[in-house]
Amino acid sequence: MSAPAIAVDNVTVHYGEVLALDAASLTVDPARICGLVGMNGSGKSTLFKVIMGMIKPDAGTVRIGGQSPSKARREGGIGYVPQSEEVDWQFPLSVRDVVMMGRYGHQGFTRRASKADKAAVDEALDRVELGGYAGRQIGQLSGGQKKRAFVARGIAQGATIMLLDEPFAGVDKRSEATITRLLRELAADGCTILVSTHDLHALPQLCDEAVLLMHKVLMHGPPERVLQPENLAMAFGLDVLNRKEAG
Amino acid sequence: MELLLEPLSYDFMVRAIVTTALAAVVCAVLSCWLVLIGWSLMGDAVSHAVLPGVVLAYIVGAPFALGALVFALIAVTLIGVVRNTSRVKEDAAIGIVFSSLFALGLVLISVTPSQTDLNHIIFGNLLGVSIPDLIQVLVLGVVAFAILILKRRDLTLYAFDPTHAHAIGLSPQRLGALLLGLLALTSVVALQTVGVVLVVAMLIIPGATAYLLTDRFSRMLVIAPVVSAACSITGIYLSYYLDTASGAMVVLTQGVVFAVVYLFSPRQGLIGTRLAKARRRKAAVLAAA
Repeated sequence: MSAPAIAVDNVTVHYGEVLALDAASLTVDPARICGLVGMNGSGKSTLFKVIMGMIKPDAGTVRIGGQSPSKARREGGIGYVPQSEEVDWQFPLSVRDVVMMGRYGHQGFTRRASKADKAAVDEALDRVELGGYAGRQIGQLSGGQKKRAFVARGIAQGATIMLLDEPFAGVDKRSEATITRLLRELAADGCTILVSTHDLHALPQLCDEAVLLMHKVLMHGPPERVLQPENLAMAFGLDVLNRKEAG
Repeated sequence: MELLLEPLSYDFMVRAIVTTALAAVVCAVLSCWLVLIGWSLMGDAVSHAVLPGVVLAYIVGAPFALGALVFALIAVTLIGVVRNTSRVKEDAAIGIVFSSLFALGLVLISVTPSQTDLNHIIFGNLLGVSIPDLIQVLVLGVVAFAILILKRRDLTLYAFDPTHAHAIGLSPQRLGALLLGLLALTSVVALQTVGVVLVVAMLIIPGATAYLLTDRFSRMLVIAPVVSAACSITGIYLSYYLDTASGAMVVLTQGVVFAVVYLFSPRQGLIGTRLAKARRRKAAVLAAA
């Protein structure tokens, strides 16, 4: 049995006084798609940052494919698709420029693109069906195309783990289906994918497993079971309301 | 032709033009990142905060650049400390730190015997650039320019998506520090020409102008220095014939060019986009007829 793709073990993170993650543990096996469900402030973004090594946890450990996060990063193993609000869509870069940024880890001091780099970028663009949009400024893509452009960056990078933060926000139903299909293909090729999302309807088609997060991992299992109303109520704090109504 | 050549018969004019063009190019290249990251105020702050460093370097006879770098670092650290450890917001922290350091510089100048040289640092003294000044600007300018161009892709990645930079094993902190260091270095280069007070114009206007003209960063890196150098040389000629302050004239020219681009840029301009729309409508009507 190979090492799990992502192994988060008893990780605790504080921001000052505020507790973001409380002894959270999560293991995802290779080539699986795992959906991360929780309300705003439940620690989803923090969990991503811990996996990427941007935040050092106060306690606990993270291993990526059996390695430390920093080693996995240097090998280009971790791809990241940011939330739409985090991106400056006016930035003067073309789609090709952005996807090429996935190759920087493989390039020399000045990041000069080689033939192999260019080929990898073209291949990634074709894979996400954006071949015809390579020259566009990134802000001139639709919501779904923007997401696919960043997925292409992860593909060009050769990422074996892909983290997607709210990939369905601001995306229409058709693009959602395209992205879902694309991610399923990547998983079939061996990529491990962690997706945080508010869009619960998309989860069963997309994910092999789902996680309910509320500072700690409340539940981890098949999407159908995790999405049971009583389980969701637990993660979204509705049980408190219900109890109040009953009392 | 006579008008263009006459000033060149004076050595001091030639030196002024060379120094300004060089400073304009380096500042303009750096400004492309500053306007995109939203560091304009930081550019303002660092360019003012280096003043005490330059004065102290003058007093002890050290290179200006060294004093400037030290104080740029002090300024950035202080801004970070004030912002992170009190409820004061970043813009206020920047304002407090840079104006205090600038004032410290002014105080140091007032107690330093030979005042003539140092007052030039504040308002610039383009027409009084000496050969050693020119050499210093040349060396620092070339170093800053070379680093900016060689590391341009990393700096752009840092400006656009620092999280991705981190995810592929680069250090956003280090890239940010590199950019700040280059900002300090470039400030010293520009001090000579337009002076502390107007450096910030050279560090912001060219990038902003280029940003209105293109949506490719690689083209911004060409447009900004070319426009900036052209403006600077034009500004010097104007100041020669109109007998006005040269540094201020350079900045004024940059401002006027920005205004023109702001109004008439075909992509982003206030009037330019409307004209383009009208032309398209007319073409459509003609095609239909």
